[in-house]
Amino acid sequence: MNGKDVEINVHHVTRVEGHGNIVVDVKNGELKELKLEIVESPRFFEAMLSGRRFPEAIHIASRICGICAVSHSHASVRALEDALGIKPSQQTETLRRILAAAEHLDSHALHAFMLAAPDFLNLPSVIPMASTNPDIVKTAIRLKKLAHDVCDTIAGRHTHPISIAVNGFTNLVTEEQLKSLLKKVKDAMNDVPRMLDFFSSLKFPDFERKTDYTSLTSRNEYALYEGIIRSSETGEYKHRDYRMKISERVVDHSTAKHALGPHRPYMVGALARLNNNFHQLTPGAREAAERLGLRVPVHNPFKITLAQVVEIVHCLEWMSTLIEDLLAAGIKDERAERPPIAGWSATLEKVSRCWGVGVTEAPRGLLIHEYRIGNNGLIESANCVIPTAQNLANIEADMRELVPQILDRPKEEIRLMLEMLVRAYDPCISCSTHLLEVKFVE
Amino acid sequence: MKPKVGFFDFTSCEGCQLTVLSTGERLLDLVSSVDIVNFREASSQIGHDYDIAFIEGSVAKPADIDRLKEIRKNAKVCVALGACAHTAGVNAIRNFHNQAEVKKRVYGEKAWVFDTILAQPIDAVIKVEYFIPGCPIDKEELLRVIPAIASGVRPYIPDHPVCVECKMRGNVCLYHRQNKIICMGPITRAGCGAICPSVGNACEGCRGLVSDPNIKAFEEVLEEHGVSPEDRMRFYRMFNGLMGVR
Repeated sequence: MNGKDVEINVHHVTRVEGHGNIVVDVKNGELKELKLEIVESPRFFEAMLSGRRFPEAIHIASRICGICAVSHSHASVRALEDALGIKPSQQTETLRRILAAAEHLDSHALHAFMLAAPDFLNLPSVIPMASTNPDIVKTAIRLKKLAHDVCDTIAGRHTHPISIAVNGFTNLVTEEQLKSLLKKVKDAMNDVPRMLDFFSSLKFPDFERKTDYTSLTSRNEYALYEGIIRSSETGEYKHRDYRMKISERVVDHSTAKHALGPHRPYMVGALARLNNNFHQLTPGAREAAERLGLRVPVHNPFKITLAQVVEIVHCLEWMSTLIEDLLAAGIKDERAERPPIAGWSATLEKVSRCWGVGVTEAPRGLLIHEYRIGNNGLIESANCVIPTAQNLANIEADMRELVPQILDRPKEEIRLMLEMLVRAYDPCISCSTHLLEVKFVE
Repeated sequence: MKPKVGFFDFTSCEGCQLTVLSTGERLLDLVSSVDIVNFREASSQIGHDYDIAFIEGSVAKPADIDRLKEIRKNAKVCVALGACAHTAGVNAIRNFHNQAEVKKRVYGEKAWVFDTILAQPIDAVIKVEYFIPGCPIDKEELLRVIPAIASGVRPYIPDHPVCVECKMRGNVCLYHRQNKIICMGPITRAGCGAICPSVGNACEGCRGLVSDPNIKAFEEVLEEHGVSPEDRMRFYRMFNGLMGVR
C-alpha cells in the first residue's frame, strides 16, 4: 500500500522461550527497518565450559536450556566421545535415541499445543484453553507426562538429565521399567487421532518462501539423534567440517549470534527435517502428514507447527520400536567393561590433547557442540551452534518478504502475524541466549 | 480472594518455569488456587497487579537491576525460583574468569555492544522472602510450597544435608565406592530426595549449602580421598561459587 506508515514494536514477544523484540518501521509504504532483537542476557556458556574437567561439560551444557536439556547433553557427550575416540555401545546409542525421541515429543507438545495453538483460537494462553478445549489440553499434558516419564526413568530426570555420561549411563534402566514405558507409549498412541483432528482444523496463514533447509540426515533412520549434515541447497557434509559451511556473526541487535550457511540464511528444525528426510518417517507419521495436508517440500514457515505434530507421531512409533528392540536384545549391565565417565570421575591423567565435534538434532533443529581438550583433561575452548541462532537470519528474511504482502491490513493484524511467524519457529532464546518482543516503531 | 501471582524470568534456562508448566494435571489444580496474572513464557496476558512474584534467573546485566526493583515494588512477597535466582547457579561460573576476556571469547570484536555485569543472585539486589532451591526446582517441593505461600504460611524447605536423604534411600555412599571423588552431599541442602547419587552421580550442590555446613569435616573427607584443591574449588564453583562471599 502506497504511502502508508506503520511502526510496530513488540517488546518481549510472549509464549516463546526467552526475551526478544520485533521491530518494524515502514515509512511511505517502504520498509525502513525490520529486525528481531534478541535482548536476553548473554549467558557465556562457551566461556563457562573452559577450564572445566571434560566430563563436567555434559551437566553444565545441559543448563543452556530447560526445554532441550537432553539434546545439549547429547551434543556435549558426542563431542567428548568424538574427541576421545570413544564409540559407545549399541545399547547406549539406542537408549539415547529413546531419550531424543522423548525430548522431541515433549518440546513439540509444549510448542504446538501450549504456545502456538492459542493464536489460532484467539486466546492469550493455554490456560483458558483448559475450559474451551479441555480434551486438547489434557492430550498435551498426557504426551508431556509420557516424555517426562521416559526421561526420568532412563536419564534420572528430564530437566536436567543426570545419568548421561561419556561411554554410557551411570544408571541403567531395567527391563521391567522398559516394559512399563512401552505400555505408556502404546497408550499414548490413542491420543493421535484427536490431535490430528484438532490440528487439521486450524487455518494457517498463506505465505511461502523457499529457503535452504538444513538438518542431519542418516542412511538408517529419520535423523533425530545422529547423522551427517545436509543442506537442501548445497549438499551433504561431515560434522567436523561445519566451520567451513556455517559462519556465525555477531549483529548489534542480538545477544544471540546469527549463523549463515553458504546459501546465506537457512532454516533448521522440524520442517527442515521433514523436507529433507520425509521418506524415512514411520508409516503413521507419513499418514499424519497426509491428514494435515503437508506435501514436501513445504515452504510455508507457519507450518513448522504442523511438522512438529507429524514428528510427535513419528516419535511415538519410533520409541515403541526402539523399546521393543531393546527388550528383545535384553538390557546388559555394561558398566564394568565400559565404565561411564561422569563429572566426578578422575580419569584426567590419561587424556592427551584432543578436539571433537558433536552434532545432534534438538527439537528446534541442528545443534553443534565443539570442544578442545588439553593434556590435563581440562576443556580449553568450546563452541556451541544453537538452532535458534541458525534460524534468526531466516526469520528476518521471512519477515522482510511477509511485511510488504500484508501491509494493507490493520496494524494489530500485522503485529499478530509477525508474532505468529516468530512463534512458529519455536525460538529458544535461552539457548541462543534467549529471544522475543514485537516493536512497531511509532 | 485468590492471591495474584506473577512469574518472571531473568538470566536462566527457564527450566524452573517449565517445571511449573510440567506439573501436568496438577498444574490445573494449582491454577485454580491462585490467579496467574503474568507468565510471559506461557501467556500473552501481562498484568502488573500481583501479590506474589516468583522470580527465576540471575541478575546479569544493568537493566536487570531496575526491572527487579520494579517487581519488588509491585509485589508483597518475592520468591526466588531455582538455583540461578537463589545462588546465581551456573551463571556465576563466569564470575571467576576475566570478564573482558569472557565477552571477547563469545562475541569477539563486537563484545562492547553487550553490557553485562557479574552474575548475582536476586537477593543481592532486592529483599527476598522465600527461596525454592535447586537446578532445576523439585516438582513435589514446588507443589507443596506454592499453596503454602499463597495462604501466607512459611513454606518448609529442609535444612539437613543431602546425605540424610541418600541414606534413607539405602544408597551405598559414593565415598565408599570410589576414591578421588567429590560428592557435595555432606554440605548441600536436602529436599531433592538425593536424586543424583541415586542414579550413580555425585551431588553437585545445586540446592545450595545447609545453613550451618561443616566445611572443615567435609574438607577432611576430600583430603582423605585425594581430591586436589583445584578440583575442590572447581566443584564448589559449579553452583556455590558465591556462597562463601555472601
